[in-house]
Amino acid sequence: MSNTIAKRQHPGFYAIVVMLIIMAVGPIAIMLINSFKLDVDITSGTGGLIFMPTIQNYETALCDILPYELDHLDYCALKFGGAFINSLVIAIVSTVLTLIIGCMAAYALVRFKFMGRDTASATTLMVRMVPPAVLLVPVFGLWNNEFCLDKDGLIGGFIRETFGGRGDVCLAGTHSGIILVYIAMNLPFVIWILQSFIVQVPRQLEEAARMDGAGPFQVFFKVVLPLIKPGLAAAAIFTFRIAWNEYLLASALSDRDTKTVPILIVNNMSEFNVEWGVIMATGMLLAIPPIIFTLFASRQIITGMTAGAVKG
Amino acid sequence: MSNSSINRLYPYVFMAPALVIMALALLYPLGYMVYGSFRDWDPSQALGESTFVGLKNYYTLWNDPNFRESVAVTLKFALSVVTIEMVIGVGLALLLDRKLRGMSMLRTLFILPMMIAPVVVGLVWRYMYHPTIGIFNKTLKSIGLEPIDWLGQNALTSVIIADIWQWTPFIFILALAALQSLPRSALEAARIDGATGWQQIVHIKLPLMMPVLIVTCLLRLIDAFKVLEVILVMTEGGPGLSTEILALRISRTATEFRELGVAAAMSNYLLIMLLVLTVCMLAYNRWMEYRAARAMRVAAEIG
Repeated sequence: MSNTIAKRQHPGFYAIVVMLIIMAVGPIAIMLINSFKLDVDITSGTGGLIFMPTIQNYETALCDILPYELDHLDYCALKFGGAFINSLVIAIVSTVLTLIIGCMAAYALVRFKFMGRDTASATTLMVRMVPPAVLLVPVFGLWNNEFCLDKDGLIGGFIRETFGGRGDVCLAGTHSGIILVYIAMNLPFVIWILQSFIVQVPRQLEEAARMDGAGPFQVFFKVVLPLIKPGLAAAAIFTFRIAWNEYLLASALSDRDTKTVPILIVNNMSEFNVEWGVIMATGMLLAIPPIIFTLFASRQIITGMTAGAVKG
Repeated sequence: MSNSSINRLYPYVFMAPALVIMALALLYPLGYMVYGSFRDWDPSQALGESTFVGLKNYYTLWNDPNFRESVAVTLKFALSVVTIEMVIGVGLALLLDRKLRGMSMLRTLFILPMMIAPVVVGLVWRYMYHPTIGIFNKTLKSIGLEPIDWLGQNALTSVIIADIWQWTPFIFILALAALQSLPRSALEAARIDGATGWQQIVHIKLPLMMPVLIVTCLLRLIDAFKVLEVILVMTEGGPGLSTEILALRISRTATEFRELGVAAAMSNYLLIMLLVLTVCMLAYNRWMEYRAARAMRVAAEIG
């Protein structure tokens, strides 16, 4: 097929492709356009593309981290800026840790022949089966009551003295608490997808490095890691996406200072009077990292997605 | 310690962090949930202080019409979403499996709805469904039709439409990948034998794609039971209980009604449902593979 000239296809197919593209992107475009409109323009009903674009919504959303005062706002009610920093910290830290831990485990599974690949894919499927809502109750209970340091103990006492606060020092309400759940949720998938990449690294390379006197850790970091970069990229995107987008567990585990962006969006949506412009601007800000990944790494994403089913 | 025994320890060192974290943050919580589902437990107590009530939570739920309604809504949502998405996704893949310009762009842009946060998807659709300023009703009005009460009377349908928008691309992309990895020889042979396009699809392409399609369907079905944020933002489960899927009901029981024991029992019901579904699909897949293998053997013997 490849050496014959592609025969001209019926224009109808192109019409379908264009229509599908419009349908896929349309709602996101609507959000983008509205995020630059004032609420008056959004609700006025004239609609359409004729309006004065403004970045006021973005300014309102980020009012707590902007270096300058805003004229249209006397009080900064929405603390989206802080939430963005929380989201970023949580997503990046959990992605990096998941990758490191997952990589090591995948390497051990492949090279030291622990359990077959079947075990990893069965675990992946089992974990994928567990909805976040199912984890909500136990995680809430455990993180609040069990995973705690006694406030009179050595470390707990130190933390209470340095950072203040009351009661025992618990995981709930901290960044680390949320990060821990995300790592656990993503690990099986990351291990499983990295396995399929590590299998392809030729063993001779590692043996050569070992002959030159490199220890197992050096072999792993200097030889294996650089060779599985595409797999790492796919795994990183999927992990980041979950940690960045997740709402339910974060809302159960966070306190006033560790709220992430999805939580604030949901809270502001349940109010009676939705400020559409500002909320769209926030939604847009939340959507930007995944959109960038999609545009620049769509091939890795498709690899990660199809690996699940096509290779099974 | 000798050098070789250190070497034998390395695999365990490499595995340890992953095992510890998964035991601590996945296995232990799940066990904790099962334990908690037998107790009368509210958020202010530690689990140890709560009283043991046996199967009471399960029993109460079983007889609770609201819970049953919620199960029905969940099943209705998951089954219709998966069926419609499979039909459209596979149909589009079969239709567009040809050399077309713009296909790679379509695949890239098609991923967008899946990648952006479910919260954002809910937000956009809630805006588009808005009774007066939403694009759907505005369009209907401008062509002289009656506006539709999207998130009121037709809430479940509207939620299903939003999910179809978000997840049909997933099935399309997987089905397309499956199509493009089909053995060329079978297709050539069929073409030479004069099979029409339709015959090729029904007798060759679909049967060969079946294993992939079943796994895709299973993955999608599992995910459909996990949907929560999109519906939470769009309807908050309302009006009434019309869109309150199980995941949403669990979170409301835990946070609003503060009945952790009941919520835990509900989570268990959901898990059992998913487990049964998964086992059924996998068994079916095995059976299909077994049948295909036998057919091949028979064909080989005859040939």
